[in-house]
Amino acid sequence: MKRIFFVLSTLSLLGLLQWGVTTLLLDGPIRQGPYYYQILILAGINIVLAVSLNLTNGIAGQFSIGHAGFFAVGAYMAASVSYYAGPAIRGLVGFLPLAGQDAAVLLLALAAAALATALAGLLVGIPSLRLRGDYLAIVTLGFGEIIRVLILNIDAVGGARGFSGIPKLSNFFWVYLLVAAVIATVGNLLRSSYGRAFIAIRENEIAAQAMGIDVTRHKVLAFVISSMFAGMAGCLFGHYTMYLHTNSFTFVKSFEIIIMIAIGGLGSIEGAVLGAVLLTVLPEAFRGFESYRMIIYSLALILIMIYRPQGILGQASVLKRLGARMAARRSAQGNVPVTAPAADGGNGG
Amino acid sequence: MALLRLQNATIRFGGLLAVKDLCFAIEEGELFGLIGPNGAGKTTVFNMITGVYSPTSGAILFDGKPIHGKAPHVIAASGIARTFQNIRLFTSMSVLENVLVSAHMRSSQGVLASVFRGPAFHREETAHREEAMRLLALFQLDKLADEAASSLPYGSQRRLEIARALATKPRLLLLDEPAAGMNPQEAADLMRLIRRIRDEFKVSILLVEHNMKVVMGVCERIQVVVHGEGIAMGAPAEIRKDAKVIEAYLGRE
Ligand SMILES: Nc1ncnc2c1ncn2[C@@H]1O[C@H](COP(=O)(O)OP(=O)(O)OP(=O)(O)O)[C@@H](O)[C@H]1O
Ligand SMILES: [Mg+2]
Repeated sequence: MKRIFFVLSTLSLLGLLQWGVTTLLLDGPIRQGPYYYQILILAGINIVLAVSLNLTNGIAGQFSIGHAGFFAVGAYMAASVSYYAGPAIRGLVGFLPLAGQDAAVLLLALAAAALATALAGLLVGIPSLRLRGDYLAIVTLGFGEIIRVLILNIDAVGGARGFSGIPKLSNFFWVYLLVAAVIATVGNLLRSSYGRAFIAIRENEIAAQAMGIDVTRHKVLAFVISSMFAGMAGCLFGHYTMYLHTNSFTFVKSFEIIIMIAIGGLGSIEGAVLGAVLLTVLPEAFRGFESYRMIIYSLALILIMIYRPQGILGQASVLKRLGARMAARRSAQGNVPVTAPAADGGNGG
Repeated sequence: MALLRLQNATIRFGGLLAVKDLCFAIEEGELFGLIGPNGAGKTTVFNMITGVYSPTSGAILFDGKPIHGKAPHVIAASGIARTFQNIRLFTSMSVLENVLVSAHMRSSQGVLASVFRGPAFHREETAHREEAMRLLALFQLDKLADEAASSLPYGSQRRLEIARALATKPRLLLLDEPAAGMNPQEAADLMRLIRRIRDEFKVSILLVEHNMKVVMGVCERIQVVVHGEGIAMGAPAEIRKDAKVIEAYLGRE
């Protein structure tokens, strides 16, 4: 029942987007130029980044501040595959129509990006997540910067000039397919025993271990899944912009993704989506204030931490709360108490 | 063969010898008490048994096999469960979810199965939920299953911690001051509950408790520790009369 509900809600979200595209873009603004379409694509990429980071930072409670590093690894890995191996791949599937060849190249690039970032996630995650405390934050920060410097020095991917000549293979369809995939993956994991294990680790590591949970293994698992989706987002980003430069993958980008999930509500998927959309659209609306972006982000973060530390949407799922409200209304009509009175009287401590 | 055996278990924190050459054995199905003044090292003994700390020297055998130095989740999976002196519930989770957490180690559903959710996934999830609800019912917590664990009154939180520990299907249950903060009525209920748990779940219980009425009323044998050293062991009646124990408790002022 729940499953059907989830599938339906995902489908209706996609349907809504589809409707939005056709009415708002194809009929209207898109004729004025690809500007709105581009915002829609970038919003999708940011949703993937935010929802995936939320698995590590919000749900499993491990603080990573280097998501842009994995975004970069995926973007450059995938771009290298389609740039250097693209013609060979097309040759292999030459019997397919052009669109099929495009899809084959993109899917291989996507797989390469996923593999490379999963591996990078393992390499970064295993040593830093084995230790107690906030080592992950320090290590991921370092990782993001090292990757950037490394890319700057690899001539095959353009170095400081940037990587140009990437084929335009990504579009609305692929981006929002990945959005649906990341929401389904994180959402379904959250509502499985894995999700309970992740949250248990966030809430109390000692108690989680006492419940038989291999804490390190699960932290690394969450981190690797996060990294993998960031890598795939990188693939679709590069194949949309057709040009990559390390300036898109600085610490500022990592910080931006953290703000997206902090605004929406750490641990909430809907919150991450909302945060990603807000942080894509708002800077466009206030283009003139470009140079103040970091200051505004910092101020926004501080204000949120003070006035609404749980984020705009908060922890609890919107759907869950909606369900609870409906149940409450139903029972109010039927005069059935929603909760039984507490068994114990006292509430000391 | 004893279910749990400590052989000269010793742990040192820097210059502090918190537990020194402690030896005792708990039999299958036994209600065993561990008492001692504040700071005697009782919680540290729990932490050694459950793998939170490794003993500096000595051995801990569970079912005849050494467990000292193993990871806490491995020890938990092998059949030792515990509650905590300062309650450690998963506060943002519901009462039911707290009890469900330990089903993860028994689940046969991997990451992909949990994402794609086939019929087997739903069958297993339903089975775990039903099992958890039955357990909650034994603790009169089933009506509160969907409440946030943090919203429960203190006494219920203590009971939920015991239920959560039992959900790991242990053979040995360690309870660290379960009667702390309870009124006499609640403590009496707890004594009945502890006996019932032993009988229904066929577990051995190691009980740390300052409430002497509870310890003496429930335990079959009691080990007394002072400054990390075992000073007496025996049935409640013997312990009550032991000169060293009386001295340790009534003080040397
Ligand atoms: N991780 C640690 N590092 C250093 N010292 C510790 C550590 N854990 C416990 N101790 C010390 O070991 C001694 C025994 O502490 P423990 O908590 O085991 O006592 P306890 O018998 O459970 O006391 P209480 O009845 O107050 O709960 C204390 O002196 C305590 O300060
Ligand atoms: Mg203690």
